Amino acid sequence: MQNIGEAFHLALSLVLSGEADLYEIVGLSLQVSLSATVLACAIGLPIGALIAVSRFRGRGLVLIVMNALMGLPPVVVGLLVYLYLSRSGPLGFLGLLYTPGAMIFAQTILIVPIVAALSRQVLEDLHAEYAEQFRSLCLTRWQSITTLLWDGRYALLTVGLAGFGRAVAEVGAVIMVGGNIDHLTRVMTTAIALETSKGDLPLALALGIILLVLALGVNAGVQTLRMTAARQAHV
Amino acid sequence: MSDLPITAVPPVARPRDEAAMSRPLLPLRVSGLRLAADGAALLDGVELSLAPGGCTVIMGPNGAGKSLLLKMLHGLLVPGGGEVSWNGTPAAQATARQALVFQKPVLLRRSVAANLDFVLKARGRDRARRDTLLREVGLLHKARQPARLLSGGEAQRLALARALATDPEVLFLDEPTASLDPASVLVIERIVAAARDRGTRIIFVTHDVGQARRMADEVVFLHRGRVAEHSRADVFFPEPRSQPARDYLAGRIVL
Ligand SMILES: Nc1ncnc2c1ncn2[C@@H]1O[C@H](COP(=O)(O)OP(=O)(O)OP(=O)(O)O)[C@@H](O)[C@H]1O
Ligand SMILES: [Mg+2]
Repeated sequence: MQNIGEAFHLALSLVLSGEADLYEIVGLSLQVSLSATVLACAIGLPIGALIAVSRFRGRGLVLIVMNALMGLPPVVVGLLVYLYLSRSGPLGFLGLLYTPGAMIFAQTILIVPIVAALSRQVLEDLHAEYAEQFRSLCLTRWQSITTLLWDGRYALLTVGLAGFGRAVAEVGAVIMVGGNIDHLTRVMTTAIALETSKGDLPLALALGIILLVLALGVNAGVQTLRMTAARQAHV
Repeated sequence: MSDLPITAVPPVARPRDEAAMSRPLLPLRVSGLRLAADGAALLDGVELSLAPGGCTVIMGPNGAGKSLLLKMLHGLLVPGGGEVSWNGTPAAQATARQALVFQKPVLLRRSVAANLDFVLKARGRDRARRDTLLREVGLLHKARQPARLLSGGEAQRLALARALATDPEVLFLDEPTASLDPASVLVIERIVAAARDRGTRIIFVTHDVGQARRMADEVVFLHRGRVAEHSRADVFFPEPRSQPARDYLAGRIVL
């Protein structure tokens, strides 16, 4: 086992060398987590918007459940998705288990509640401001929802980012349904876990560094967008 | 808004009755209209009849219930009692044929032009009217600017343009010139008068006595959630009959 300083040095040179295996892992991570984020937004934003503009019995309960689901443990999601996708499971015929598709599936389930709950909050605040004007204009519920989604787009971008951050950083769900197969389902988090246990600290560290830089980069991008939005009085 | 004691009319209260759709909205009859929150009567048995045509100015001290009354006439709030009847049509089903310029205008987080495009599209109106409307309220040169960066007076003018975009049969205005400079006040008054002359029924809340004199065909004076006086303008201003209105016009404190 090398000392930490040496490991860091090797990790940095790995990152900078643009080694193909390393960037294949990074690429798959991004592909899986971005796909999951897009899917989760497609499902979660309409749910959040609908709940934000609706009043119905049991709404309080729905909110509690939705908030609780935000903290779903990834391994539990992994287990459930595994059961569904395994050969004898209800979705076994899809043959998705141990493919990137299964990982996207699991991460989508993991972050739909995050997107739905956070967007509900954002859109409900916006709706409180717009509701009377909407009623005066006799907008349909559909018109109200699309207007809220569009006018809240910058805030919702942050919601999507929170979902992406959770997806790209989790290891429990993807390892259970993806299996960490080299060149097929190995992503950054599963590779870090594996390489660390094998004692290949430079590779684990290299991936860790890239994961951090990614997180910083995405956050910086969204921050810039938000500042642009604020300048145009969008917040 | 579920925590408010005053309940809003659920959205999508659209008129179904075809015959009612083609009937004129006026005359308006309001009887025994009540609204209470936390045991306090905010509107305390409002009785009011409005004939077709012209401009009714609603006056009264702060907190008299003017804004609440407008919202109830417009069908945005559920009455705690009593009735609002627009020539037989309940308020909640008359909303689509009316427009309200709110005391605090709510503008979408879009450009000035896009705010109008939105309403014209949502209500199926001719999009080409946008620039005409903007020119009318003097905002054409600000069309591309984010609406939320408009000054208070400009925002009011955009809100008026948006209200006119829906071709309302009844136009409610809640202190639409409260933050405008004198020249803009006259611009707004001219636009509102033009709408009135085209047959739009105007119901206008203002604290500006000079403006009330210029605009009003009749005045409704609201005091503590009741109609204290309802008189023709040429009667009200020289010789108000009710004590609260006399005090108000004389600049004495009305409580
Ligand atoms: N949602 C609400 N819940 C409880 N009380 C309310 C609510 N809205 C208004 N009120 C109260 O009702 C009273 C009348 O309000 P309203 O806004 O109609 O006054 P107004 O005559 O328009 O006054 P102003 O001249 O200041 O605009 C006020 O005392 C206000 O505090
Ligand atoms: Mg008011």
